[in-house]
Amino acid sequence: MKILVCISRTPDTTAKIAFADNNTKFAADGVQWIINPYDEWYALVRAIELKESDTATILHLLNVGNPESEPIIRKALALGGDEAIRVNTNNSDSFYIASQIAAVAKEGGYNLIFTGKETIDYNGSSIGGMVAELLDLPFISHAVKFDLQDGKAVVIREIEGGEETNQVALPVVVSCQKGMAEQRIPNMKGIMGARTKPLKVIEPVEAETLTNIASFDLPPAKAGVKLVSADNPEELVRLLHEEARVI
Amino acid sequence: MSVLVFLDQSDGIVKKSSLEAASYASKVAEMLNTEAEAIVLGNITEDLAAIGKYGIKKVHTVSEAALDKFDSQVYTRIITTAVENIGADVIIFSNNTNGKAIAPRLSVKLRAGLVSGAVALPEISNGFIVRKTVFSGKAFANVSVTSPKKIIALNPNSYNVIMVEGSAAIQPFEVTMEVAKTEVTNINKVVGEVPLSEAKVVVSGGRGLKGPENWGLITELAELLGAATACSRPVADINWRPHHEHVGQTGLAIAPNLYIAVGISGAIQHLAGVNRSKTIVVINKDPEAPFFKAADYGIVGDIFDIMPKIITAVKKIKGVA
Ligand SMILES: Cc1cc2nc3c(=O)[nH]c(=O)nc-3n(C[C@H](O)[C@H](O)[C@H](O)COP(=O)(O)OP(=O)(O)OC[C@H]3O[C@@H](n4cnc5c(N)ncnc54)[C@H](O)[C@@H]3O)c2cc1C
Ligand SMILES: Nc1ncnc2c1ncn2[C@@H]1O[C@H](COP(=O)(O)O)[C@@H](O)[C@H]1O
Repeated sequence: MKILVCISRTPDTTAKIAFADNNTKFAADGVQWIINPYDEWYALVRAIELKESDTATILHLLNVGNPESEPIIRKALALGGDEAIRVNTNNSDSFYIASQIAAVAKEGGYNLIFTGKETIDYNGSSIGGMVAELLDLPFISHAVKFDLQDGKAVVIREIEGGEETNQVALPVVVSCQKGMAEQRIPNMKGIMGARTKPLKVIEPVEAETLTNIASFDLPPAKAGVKLVSADNPEELVRLLHEEARVI
Repeated sequence: MSVLVFLDQSDGIVKKSSLEAASYASKVAEMLNTEAEAIVLGNITEDLAAIGKYGIKKVHTVSEAALDKFDSQVYTRIITTAVENIGADVIIFSNNTNGKAIAPRLSVKLRAGLVSGAVALPEISNGFIVRKTVFSGKAFANVSVTSPKKIIALNPNSYNVIMVEGSAAIQPFEVTMEVAKTEVTNINKVVGEVPLSEAKVVVSGGRGLKGPENWGLITELAELLGAATACSRPVADINWRPHHEHVGQTGLAIAPNLYIAVGISGAIQHLAGVNRSKTIVVINKDPEAPFFKAADYGIVGDIFDIMPKIITAVKKIKGVA
């Protein structure tokens, strides 16, 4: 079994969101970077669990990004995985990134490709599906549970208002979310070991760019809260009914 | 050139978020001086001509029973054929679970730039720019689509439906069905509940409720308001509530008209998933709780004292004894 886990680098969840260069760039000064939580907590940890239950499994991590991604790649390697690959580029178009992932996946002949449900900075929820189409593979999105049974994947995915169980032969692309696994903290042994694990850097393949970000902006600030006395909750209901007209 | 919208269905009924996408698509078509058509896959039990009220002129249907089970590859192939037959240049999806599985695949098939999580009509005066949420609701990006064909996945509850007069022509669409690689073996739906992503009103509880035994305060109010229920992450983590109710940066991002937060502190990661709600109400005993800064209305006080009174007052408005 050969598994590829796609990891991206995102600002920490508490990072201040601001923009620079005429609102065309994220203001990255002083920002802490983390592994995208869906990629780390769910995709990577579930892949590590699969390797733990079948030690012959080969687990590779893949990031498409510039050298600034290396600290988060090392952190991911500290959690687990045999080696990492970084495709060296600054391009952030979803189709371009998916093309890079697909090229690596094709070359490596993976049985399973895990992505996160979405990046918490771009919120594309797109790259997993694109990779699947580029490789002509089935894609199960929003997976909350993943098991292997008789060489097939049994995957539960979230749908509106419930869950759906899918059975599919490998290879398959799966996007992962909460439920797949429990978050882990890297231990000292993992951190030391990660330093010597291979991190291969390769150059991108030729691919199209279909979108680019023209500008960013922030939502307008709220006018301020209207407080209602705790002695008179009926007044809140009246305001919601008559003023805001939402109930 | 035309605009095609994919209508996602569940149990034979077109989903509400897809009706929003249909209305959006007809507006995009109007901007481009063309017409909007729709495609729906699987057996539909409602009258599709009524989709005309959302500005759609023609609905293409493929009523194969096999399509009642979702497979992103099979769906994408059929939609691709439809796009080619119709000559559509802009394809619209709802950015819901199925939309997120098909739109990226179609983007690859058509080499069409995809903007998912769109919250506004495209800007077409200079290029083709679509506004989407980024940083989990903390900001917006205006994304320029540079390919000739374009795909937009519209966030639920982000576009105000405009009803018009009209009825859509139904056009059965012939396809050669292929066998799905994925087999749906079980579907487990909570019946009767409003899906969180589509809800206009959401009542949400946090750790302040002290335990699952007190959730009646949330569910009763939700039922009265026809609302969906949600919760903060720790509440789902300790299994007081199911995981799918978890909203926030690492849960579901929602944008209802009304979000009522009960006993939730309003941590930045929680706010990320709910701050696009149009009206936010916060009930918390701590006046310093960060949630008040993001709220429109609030009460500083004890949930266990306040919630029963709110429930009684809502019952009065709703005429429930
Ligand atoms: C990487 C990361 C991602 C995260 N993602 C998410 C996410 O997606 N969603 C999310 O929700 N959290 C997320 N969190 C957790 C977040 O930081 C907070 O810890 C969490 O939201 C707190 O939940 P809470 O408000 O229910 O609990 P608490 O913070 O414990 O707040 C409980 C509130 O209830 C009030 N209260 C208590 N008793 C009463 C009473 N009797 N009457 C009235 N008020 C009362 C208290 O004043 C308090 O404000 C994330 C954290 C990290 C680090
Ligand atoms: N630059 C990247 N390198 C590797 N994987 C990525 C990258 N960007 C996104 N992904 C993967 O694709 C998933 C979905 O990303 P997105 O479509 O941007 O929401 C993420 O959770 C990652 O698993």
